[in-house]
Amino acid sequence: MSFEDWYRQDRLPHIYCPGCGNGTIINCTLAAIEQMAWKKEETVFISGIGCSSRAPGYIATDSLHTTHGRAIAFATGVKLANPDLNVVVFTGDGDLAAIGGNHFIHGCRRNIDLTVVCMNNQIYGMTGGQGSPTTPLGCLSSTTPYGCAETPFDLCELAIAAGANFVSRWTSYHVKELEKAVLAGLQTPGFSFIEALVQCPTAFGRRNKFKQVADQVDYLRTHSMLKAKRDRLLEQGEHIPPDMYIVGELVRRNRPALGVKR
Amino acid sequence: MTRIEFWQGNTACTEGALAAGCTFFGGYPITPSTEIAEHMAVKLPKKNGVFIQMEDEIASMASIIGASWAGARAMTATSGPGFSLMMENIGFAAMTETPCVIVNVQRGGPSTGQPTMGAQGDMLQCRFGSHGDYSIIALCPASVQEMYELTAKAFNLADEYRVPVFIMTDEIIGHMREKIVIPDSVAYVPRKELVRGTPPFRADNDLIPGFPQFGKGYSVHVTGLTHDERGYPCATNPKLHEALVMRLVDKIESARQKIADYEILNPDAEQVFIAYGAPVRTVQQVMHDHPDKNIGFLRIRTVWPFPGFALKEFKHAKRFLVPELNLGQIAREIERHMQVPVISLPKLGGDLHTPAELFAALEDYR
Repeated sequence: MSFEDWYRQDRLPHIYCPGCGNGTIINCTLAAIEQMAWKKEETVFISGIGCSSRAPGYIATDSLHTTHGRAIAFATGVKLANPDLNVVVFTGDGDLAAIGGNHFIHGCRRNIDLTVVCMNNQIYGMTGGQGSPTTPLGCLSSTTPYGCAETPFDLCELAIAAGANFVSRWTSYHVKELEKAVLAGLQTPGFSFIEALVQCPTAFGRRNKFKQVADQVDYLRTHSMLKAKRDRLLEQGEHIPPDMYIVGELVRRNRPALGVKR
Repeated sequence: MTRIEFWQGNTACTEGALAAGCTFFGGYPITPSTEIAEHMAVKLPKKNGVFIQMEDEIASMASIIGASWAGARAMTATSGPGFSLMMENIGFAAMTETPCVIVNVQRGGPSTGQPTMGAQGDMLQCRFGSHGDYSIIALCPASVQEMYELTAKAFNLADEYRVPVFIMTDEIIGHMREKIVIPDSVAYVPRKELVRGTPPFRADNDLIPGFPQFGKGYSVHVTGLTHDERGYPCATNPKLHEALVMRLVDKIESARQKIADYEILNPDAEQVFIAYGAPVRTVQQVMHDHPDKNIGFLRIRTVWPFPGFALKEFKHAKRFLVPELNLGQIAREIERHMQVPVISLPKLGGDLHTPAELFAALEDYR
């Protein structure tokens, strides 16, 4: 099967804006799935609501585009009813961490055998650019016109604390690393969480002084710090700038998991 | 061989579901429905089924929809506050035509209300509670025996019509213990499979599309957005949206006669009781204590779609008396169908009407 076969050609053109980072993440995920040699008929993509959640609609497997925030709860039902299915969830920061926060932590706690890929664009893109639980302090959005006054969630720390077996963070700049991270997530039994920071030129970038798409991708690159480096700096008693995204494999463990293939 | 048991309604509900082949239960504890979850937690794992206690009722409803797409006969059970939380995904199930069974053991509301007291305050919520227009099927058992039978039947209706089916029972029936005769087996109506090569949301003449179960190679896209026959989002085409919603409604409403389940006593009576659920028992007592051809009784097991045509069988009816454990939710529906005066006999607080109260109402209007 060729890579293109994973896409529903009859659904094109897609709804994503020019410069959107979501396509990169979908590509990385499908490239990882291709390496797993999963069959289309054994694979289900599930999502909630938002830009990221439109992804399953473009993939030629069974796909369930559900209600806002609830994708992991739906996926829990699918996976437990038929553990032979490979279930991947696409979600976004608003979907996962705001309205779906409870389902997220309980999915991690149950350690149900899902791979959850979160496209974190730090804003509500589909509704036109409102602040989300991951909008950085001081950033502008249509509902934080004077700068976001709330501290954002660290989604990966949340997943680690809640019990997920695999947690990794990369950005849309780190395509090779991201693909490998998704692959590792797909291979790890239990709940695998991969956060991918993505640029959103339409809703986030234009409000926050990223004049070009590449400016925001470059920002993600220059504000990423490998976990290993962070750990080393901490050991040396160095200060970690608060606007750094810690990337890399953050957790891989083998806690008891639910819904693993029979 | 049939066997006889002495069970509470919630146990009978669970056993009826298991007899019908329910293999997935996703739920959240809430009085007075919790025994259903507890019983499922014991029984389902032994039958190779899945019991999962979800983090809330929103997730419970989501989990049974997911399980249904994976091919399971799936059910949840709850009561008022949890039922309110389920409304979001009940709409999703209606829009995506997902077979599933929702048991609501009703208690006094609004809000937390009376957790341990029976009521029928959610009869309109189950019909209209999620946003937008759609239709559902709701069944109301009036005995432990019917808890078993109607729950089993609910799975067949859900699969046949691809719609959420509600068991709208109440604390009184759910916690009442009485004799029940367990049949050898229950009827089984399988889900109609999608014919390969057919667009997944193209309906047959019965307005119901075949079911493309996940994992069978259909590559079906399921979305709560307005979708075309392929299942693809198409949310800005007014005609397509209208046609889809009309089909979702018509597939149920056009089958009213077939779905209807009711009993008529004394069709020539001038005074006619209409009841469903627990108040049926009080009316039965009145009928027993006062054998009178002039007291009629329409007892309804299928409240939605409402069998309005059944009212017309009472040709000499001068008035309908409708005892309900709410402020007249179904009485209002009855008024929509007939010119005959409808006397609502509401009762709130958790107690049933006494036979004396209903008989007095009969005398008041005689």
